[in-house]
Amino acid sequence: MGNDLKAEKPYITIDGYRVEDKFSGLDDSIKIEMLRKMYQIRHFENETEQFIIRGMIHGTCHLYTGEEATAVGAIYAINDDDYITSTHRGHGHCIAKGADLNIMMAELLGKRTGYCKGKGGSMHIADVDSGNLGANGVVGGSIGIATGAALTCKMKRNGKIVVCFFGDGAANQGIFHGSINMASIWDLPIIYLCENNVYGMSTPVKEAFNIEKISDRKYAYGIEGLTIDGNNLVEVFNTVSHFNGECRVGRGPVLIESLTYRWRGHSKSDAQVYRTREETKQWVGKDPIERYKKILIDQKILIEKEDRDLEKEVISQIKEAAKFARESPFPEPSEVEDDVYA
Amino acid sequence: MRELTYLEAIREAMQQKMREDSSVYLIGEDIAEYGGAFGVTVGMLEEFGKERIINTPISEEAIIGVATGSAITGMRPIAEIMFSDFITIAMDQIANQAAKIRYMFGGKAKVPLVIRTAGGGGTGAAAQHSQSLEALVAHIPGLKVVMPSCPYDAKGLLISSINDDNPVIFIEHKLLYNNKKCIQNVPRQMYEVPLGKGDVKREGSDISVAATSYMVQKSLEAAEKLSQEKGIECEVIDIRTLRPLDIDIILDSIKKTGRLLCVEEAPIFGGFMGEVSAQVSEKGFDWLDAPVVRVAGRNCPVPYSLVLEQEMIPGVSRIEKGILNLLG
Ligand SMILES: Cc1ncc(C[n+]2csc(CCOP(=O)(O)OP(=O)(O)O)c2C)c(N)n1
Ligand SMILES: [Mg+2]
Repeated sequence: MGNDLKAEKPYITIDGYRVEDKFSGLDDSIKIEMLRKMYQIRHFENETEQFIIRGMIHGTCHLYTGEEATAVGAIYAINDDDYITSTHRGHGHCIAKGADLNIMMAELLGKRTGYCKGKGGSMHIADVDSGNLGANGVVGGSIGIATGAALTCKMKRNGKIVVCFFGDGAANQGIFHGSINMASIWDLPIIYLCENNVYGMSTPVKEAFNIEKISDRKYAYGIEGLTIDGNNLVEVFNTVSHFNGECRVGRGPVLIESLTYRWRGHSKSDAQVYRTREETKQWVGKDPIERYKKILIDQKILIEKEDRDLEKEVISQIKEAAKFARESPFPEPSEVEDDVYA
Repeated sequence: MRELTYLEAIREAMQQKMREDSSVYLIGEDIAEYGGAFGVTVGMLEEFGKERIINTPISEEAIIGVATGSAITGMRPIAEIMFSDFITIAMDQIANQAAKIRYMFGGKAKVPLVIRTAGGGGTGAAAQHSQSLEALVAHIPGLKVVMPSCPYDAKGLLISSINDDNPVIFIEHKLLYNNKKCIQNVPRQMYEVPLGKGDVKREGSDISVAATSYMVQKSLEAAEKLSQEKGIECEVIDIRTLRPLDIDIILDSIKKTGRLLCVEEAPIFGGFMGEVSAQVSEKGFDWLDAPVVRVAGRNCPVPYSLVLEQEMIPGVSRIEKGILNLLG
């Protein structure tokens, strides 16, 4: 009987890998939950942009707008108590992993109620309790940390895995090489998820690499790897679900390249001289939220009215978070040397 | 002469050296179309082309390695490390390679390399984009370390650094780049400000204040205030090059004032001013009327929140207080 069930499982092929279509078996409520998360990220970033325009963000911010499907699809494919490491463009990963929006927003405004008591800001938000081992201001800085977390998982046999998010730019840091090679020789339970959003700051991927696919680096390490449509939540979810299973039985690591695009400038100030409006417009046409919404509506999981209500709900939640952040107190100057040592 | 910002002065030094010497080239991240994270190299791609304005992948260690290798074989690279925090990623190439090659080879090689990098805080960029790591590099024999505090010095010191046959770490301050308060007349022609010479930025007879980089500007502000409000005259010395260090200019000053306050942005523990303080007490004890005192950053990473950041990094009022305390 078990065998019969297996035979009925729907399989799909993604970049040459036959993977189970786990998405279609999900509860409708979870499918809608993922849409909610994408909306949360989108509107959180919109609100952050407003704060930037009004000069309320002291430092810089890197917005995740347009890349939502990668964070949400990947994080919903792993367990709640699994680990992730994030990047300077980290709000999306943080929200998808379950962070509290109020506490996140407070951190962006440098408030004492924020995740890092105002010490970290956008580039260093971490929510260790939810398994988010932190955004990172150093490009590539988290790749080693993620690998170390995977070593812990293996040594403690705790059954957990790690998803290590990093950008295309980070793939050219030395630590990428050293870490993935170690993960490979030690069979660590880790998914290296490279968010290829076409640029590292102003540098196009095609000028920073001489290979077609970043995932082709898998050959150098003797690991599995593939390139997926990072703006297609279903594809991200199914791919990560598959390798989630592989990693848990000692067949990790894997290198997944997720193709996506950042809609906004690199950071607070970016005249975007290195790309054309047409290019950006084309990618906006591949909006991961619109695409996912269409799937849910086509499959009659959601009707348009419910979608509008959902988005409205999220918007008011974000306004609430912004209010909480604005009204929260700043840290006291006397706290400056707290938390340097344990 | 015409007025230039600090950023413009740095750019002009590079442009003029590149026009004069075809072995000078730039290498770094986002320095081509984008013009560098702070806009220092804007327009240089158009003038010099991609062969000499080399945009790299994000690989700091390799950038410095490549620059070092080309320096010992006849080129004069200027490598840009976007934030001084990231020199740590390139530290093997800086500390074990570039700094030591000449010595290890018994003087048989030269490393005419300039590493330009943006240091300092006050921008809300938090712990990994705000550090002042000059002490780390100044500690290493074989490296020269330069920190200009104004446009005139920035141009002249950068030209000297490019002309120098040793690896020079040239640390620029982010809050000086476009600072309208310190725009200066800068000569159009090329000129050198020598490495190894400090500069008295303000004369005074009551107390000597030695500072680096942006803290020179802050010290000058404090000195003006104290002069107007209390009639106290501070002599403000810009150290300019941390290594080689011009200790004589400080000793000459304390002969007159008998007191020395050192001001720097980095955390006080193990900071560069510890070296200045030690040398002054060894060589200038007889002229001192009080111990050398330091005003510096707090012993923590640079925090994000504005209130905390302002507490971590010394400002005018902390310098003023330091001066008043030292005068008793
Ligand atoms: C080690 C290091 N070098 C340079 C930078 C400056 N910087 C910040 S983000 C970035 C581009 C990163 O590109 P990528 O990894 O593709 O991430 P994306 O911003 O595209 O999400 C650069 C160069 C940095 N933060 N850290
Ligand atoms: Mg990128």
